[in-house]
Amino acid sequence: MNSTPTFWPQGTVFGTLLNSRTELQALGERVTQPPYKAAPRAPVLYIKTANTWSASGTAIPVPSHVPRVEVGASVAMVMGPPRSGHRGAAAATSVAGFVLLNDLGVPHDSFFRPPVRFKCLDGFLGVGPVCVPAAQSGDPAALVVEVRINGNVRQTVCFDDMVRDAATLLQDVHGFMMLRAGDLLMLGCGAGRPLAGVGDRIEISVPGRAAFGTLSNTLVAAPGEVA
Amino acid sequence: MKHARVAWRGGVHDAVEHDGRLLLADGRVVDQDAVVWLPPPAPVARPRSILALGLNYADHAKELAFKAPEEPLVFVKSEGTLMGHRGFTLRPPDATHMHYECELTVVIGREARRVRRDDAYDFVAGYTVANDYAIRDYLENWYRPNLRVKNRDTCTPIGPWLVDAADIADPMQLALQTTVNGQRTQAGNTRDMIFDIPFLIEYFSSFMTLQPGDLILTGTPDGVVDCKAGDVVVTEIEGLGALVNTIAQGAPCASTT
Repeated sequence: MNSTPTFWPQGTVFGTLLNSRTELQALGERVTQPPYKAAPRAPVLYIKTANTWSASGTAIPVPSHVPRVEVGASVAMVMGPPRSGHRGAAAATSVAGFVLLNDLGVPHDSFFRPPVRFKCLDGFLGVGPVCVPAAQSGDPAALVVEVRINGNVRQTVCFDDMVRDAATLLQDVHGFMMLRAGDLLMLGCGAGRPLAGVGDRIEISVPGRAAFGTLSNTLVAAPGEVA
Repeated sequence: MKHARVAWRGGVHDAVEHDGRLLLADGRVVDQDAVVWLPPPAPVARPRSILALGLNYADHAKELAFKAPEEPLVFVKSEGTLMGHRGFTLRPPDATHMHYECELTVVIGREARRVRRDDAYDFVAGYTVANDYAIRDYLENWYRPNLRVKNRDTCTPIGPWLVDAADIADPMQLALQTTVNGQRTQAGNTRDMIFDIPFLIEYFSSFMTLQPGDLILTGTPDGVVDCKAGDVVVTEIEGLGALVNTIAQGAPCASTT
């Protein structure tokens, strides 16, 4: 049995949509057409409510009306306490470390309305297992995250392809809301998110960077559903 | 009973309304204008889920040129946007259209999972008033209404009271109104909601488990107008009290591309 303490969020978890250049480019001309009419200007954020959090190693329930689940492998900044020696917004931009996330969602084509019933299902965010201190994580743009489903590599996400790098994302978010110590801000997901279903084991890791550990969750049928 | 959380003389106190004054948990009685009011829901260990409805009154949907939605339009807010009664909300210097939204707010009282609408009220601890400010200049059509419009620091005053559910005979029959500098600009009744409280609790709890302290902001009726720095905005709901807020000029923001 693994007795290593598993990371657990203490604050709000903010997701970030379309921070991958490839993902944005894949939308093509759709971004300028209705209902969007223009590419995003500010960071496009959403909230993964606390009911969605699943520790690494736990099973994640999938309701019967959801045949396939989209796997959003990502890395999040974990906010630390305010920095001494700085004032105002600069003081709040302390990043304690980085942690792996498995942002599950019900696949949805439209990004016009907030994705609450696609993204806020019970258990739909794998988190952990480790918050790697910022001093040891290196430049987040250098991170490469690998997604395995039942042992097979299904996606590789390179964080050098971001519309906003970590520091810029944080600065732009702080333009309208200050993150608090314990909050998480996701760097975004890569293009071509794999799909998974009940029975699948999803493992997310950073090859060559054992400190991040492996975020592992298995999808199971949600128990006792009312038809 | 009407519950409040206040700061007074260096401490944070739970309090209840008492003959127009505040009875603190330690027995002392203080005037309402002697304290700093905090958001009334008790702190919770895990971040509360704050679910807010858009376009949940047919007249407001029409006002914003939308047809009434067929399913709830929901967005999520974070704890950091909440602030108490008699607080000051910041208007960004570049804003041209910032409006209040007076909203009946449901405070969940016990864990709610796959609740049927007939049982929904059993899961309600009480009600409060929220003023869900929006700054329309920042609207974008990605996950709209986006957080830059709806989840700004200082932009969701809530309170003054958390009123026990038992004290509200029918939350779907409450008059609500907003005044700006004493002029009534918004008036409506919770009976005109498109998706009522039992529906919303059934809907949310069908896919997400609600916990005590979670909040549902149920939307606003028609009558929203632009507010400027210095305006005093009072959002009031029958039986719940009047939530007072003053708009202040915000400092220039950090740049957002």
